[in-house]
Amino acid sequence: MSQAAPRKTDIGPPQYEKFLPPIVKKNYGKWLYHEILKPGVMVHVAESGDKLFTVRAGSPRLISIMTIRKFCDFADKYCSGFLRFTSRNNVEFLLTDQTKIDPLIADLKAVGFPVGGLGNSISNIVHTQGWVHCHSSATDASGIVKSVMDDLIEYFTGMKLPGKLRIALACCLNMCGAVHCSDIAILGVHRRPPKVQHDNLKKLCEIPTLISSCPTGAIRTAMVDGKESVEIEEDLCMYCANCYTVCPATALNDPLNDGISIWVGGKVSNARHEPMFSKLAIPYIPNNPPRWPEVVSAVRNLVEIWAKDARKYERMGEWINRIGWPRFFKKAGIEFTKYHIDDFKFAGTTYKKSVHLKY
Amino acid sequence: MLGVLELSYREKIGHWKHGGIVGVFGYGGGVIGRYSDVPEKFPDIAHFHTLRINMPASWFYTTEALRGLCDIWERHGSGLTNMHGSTGDIIFLGTSTPELEPTFAELTNMGFDLGGSGSVLRTPSCCVGPARCEWACYDTLKLTYDITMHYQDELHRPMFPYKFKFKMAGCPNDCVASIARADLSIIGTWRDKIQINHDAVREYAKKGKDIQSDVINNCPSKCMKWDGKTLHIEDSECNHCMHCINVMPKALRPGKDRGACLLIGAKAPIMEGALLSSVLVPFIKMEPPYTELYELVDKIWELWGEEGKNRERVGEYIQRIGLGNFLEMIEVEPIPEMVAHPRENPYIFFEEYFEDDDEEGTDE
Ligand code: HEM
Ligand code: HEM
Ligand code: SF4
Ligand code: SF4
Ligand code: SF4
Ligand code: SF4
Repeated sequence: MSQAAPRKTDIGPPQYEKFLPPIVKKNYGKWLYHEILKPGVMVHVAESGDKLFTVRAGSPRLISIMTIRKFCDFADKYCSGFLRFTSRNNVEFLLTDQTKIDPLIADLKAVGFPVGGLGNSISNIVHTQGWVHCHSSATDASGIVKSVMDDLIEYFTGMKLPGKLRIALACCLNMCGAVHCSDIAILGVHRRPPKVQHDNLKKLCEIPTLISSCPTGAIRTAMVDGKESVEIEEDLCMYCANCYTVCPATALNDPLNDGISIWVGGKVSNARHEPMFSKLAIPYIPNNPPRWPEVVSAVRNLVEIWAKDARKYERMGEWINRIGWPRFFKKAGIEFTKYHIDDFKFAGTTYKKSVHLKY
Repeated sequence: MLGVLELSYREKIGHWKHGGIVGVFGYGGGVIGRYSDVPEKFPDIAHFHTLRINMPASWFYTTEALRGLCDIWERHGSGLTNMHGSTGDIIFLGTSTPELEPTFAELTNMGFDLGGSGSVLRTPSCCVGPARCEWACYDTLKLTYDITMHYQDELHRPMFPYKFKFKMAGCPNDCVASIARADLSIIGTWRDKIQINHDAVREYAKKGKDIQSDVINNCPSKCMKWDGKTLHIEDSECNHCMHCINVMPKALRPGKDRGACLLIGAKAPIMEGALLSSVLVPFIKMEPPYTELYELVDKIWELWGEEGKNRERVGEYIQRIGLGNFLEMIEVEPIPEMVAHPRENPYIFFEEYFEDDDEEGTDE
């Protein structure tokens, strides 16, 4: 069917130098300092005295080729055809002419792209596939991100927070992304064990792989109606879905019980305090599409109590370390439950072993 | 697409079938197969596969390249993308199996290749680094491109127990979150003195910066002093946290003897719990041809490739056998920089002990 066209493989990505604006090439590795001029706009000054202006705009990450072409139109008009994306999926326009900054911002705003996400702001939400594309999602990604960002937009376009605040979302605990290390993390959770399809399990799955996929050892071999299959010890199952990842016959998605948990206090940078994991704040909020109002108000509440209380530069986790977790729960008005107490391996290391307590 | 999403919103459940193995000839990864579980309702997305395309380092583009990608995707796919996936790839979201080879052919003609998926080396990514950041302690773009090219085979053809990711950050601010999202995290740092421009420090003070409370009091190692005129840093005690540099970028810069710290083992919770990477090599010069780095990586892959269990990340493998044993096998000396603190339990496996007929005071 096919003509013998030469087939190229293993060529890798294009060499990045092809895509660097001339001013970047010229001053590569020779930048002296930078300043944030206003929300979403910064200047980098090179040893040569050259100035590079960056305008950062929010993007929904899931974008069509029409949106990409729109970004290209702006980059052609203002930036000699160069642009880049950031590690939080914002889009950045790189300018050499300061007078073009405001017209660019006006053009971006006219088509609905806010400028911001720099300095002490809430930048874009790192997120995942959700119901748009993944089979194991306990919630949607794009929908919640849109709802939360709509509510917090003043913090994206402003810089009035004590420090940086990173929000991330993952639609199941595979945590594709940065959920385990963010100031506020929104995580999809299941609450019921898989329903095993005994009829075709043997056909679809490799049983030893399935058994070893379970972190708590809840899966056993079993003969059911004369068929080789598995049984799940429901008391041992914490609904992580890893068995479903390796075996299609153990689906556990459940509209009635799937929902959201919220985590706080993670960070990756080394500034001041070492990197930290996010920790559980709210174990469960039901899914409520299309706007997830309960999730939105829970996130806003966390942002606001931190913003009001934290010292300058203090990230969410550093603030909680200072005031202590009991104070955090009190200030946030969040009920503390048995679900907050770790019961996985070495859980004891997370218990309080002193009388350093506040009353 | 919107139809199925609306159905999901009404029913609060996803409508994608499990998995799906598709790809392009010669590669074992790069395409995520996806089938709708309601194909009769939404025939247009009965097949809706994702292609991962290796992005240029630091996500710099010309509009010409982006338009070229858009044209290809308009001809062969849904027109929907993610810019970008969290590992870094350009995500082409949604096409059918017969379109995969033609898309791949057009992509490679344009100079783009697929990224990684499955039990392979995933697409390496990096921060903006020296292209636009004064703090980059090594060339993150160059290293990212070099690693990607050096290990093309490992990236396209599954040969590991599980996935493996590299991320390159130019300094300890870690703007690609490498310490949390890469099996090997390469974080730039320096060994000598922080460069101080004393006039610029005084300028900050004059303009109202409270150097004592904003900078000095926040230094985690308490190694700075400010007498109202001169800033003093006891560099031998500095933790290289970046705080003071972040706060006064015009006055302070990383030192001149620059390189990177290698950390190993980060991963998400499945199975044994989430891990952050931990120190493997406190400091290494990061210059082409990166021989020392590649030799170390090859040793790690050889060991983990041989001994790692199916779907066991390298971080979990290290937990299972113990960091001490791991170091011995890859011939790296244990040093105190590798631990937060020494062990607290006495369950020590000794490999050296006296036998009855030993001379006093010798072992082995
Ligand atoms: C004020 C000094 C800082 C500068 C000049 C700076 C520089 C940058 C640059 C150039 C990027 C874009 C990188 C890329 O997309 O590859 C970036 C993104 C980022 N930085 Fe920093 N960084 C600074 C401080 C920090 C600190 C202190 C943290 C953490 C506490 C941090 C965390 C991040 C994160 C999470 C991103 C992704 C943000 C986004 O794309 O919207 N940075 N930073
Ligand atoms: C079939 C279901 C899945 C889908 C559709 C999916 C989708 C994705 C996508 C699109 C990305 C970004 C990829 C890129 O930029 O190249 C990603 C990253 C990631 N995936 Fe998945 N994934 C799936 C299963 C899993 C599983 C089973 C795990 C863990 C066991 C996992 C863990 C991760 C992690 C940790 C990342 C982020 C890595 C980073 O931050 O760089 N995913 N996933
Ligand atoms: S987080 Fe879970 S549900 Fe979401 S894309 Fe990743 S694997 Fe799929
Ligand atoms: S959902 Fe997780 S805990 Fe439950 S049986 Fe499956 S792998 Fe085990
Ligand atoms: S990690 Fe450091 S070098 Fe890289 S962009 Fe961030 S601040 Fe700059
Ligand atoms: S880099 Fe951090 S540890 Fe070092 S002097 Fe500055 S604030 Fe202190």
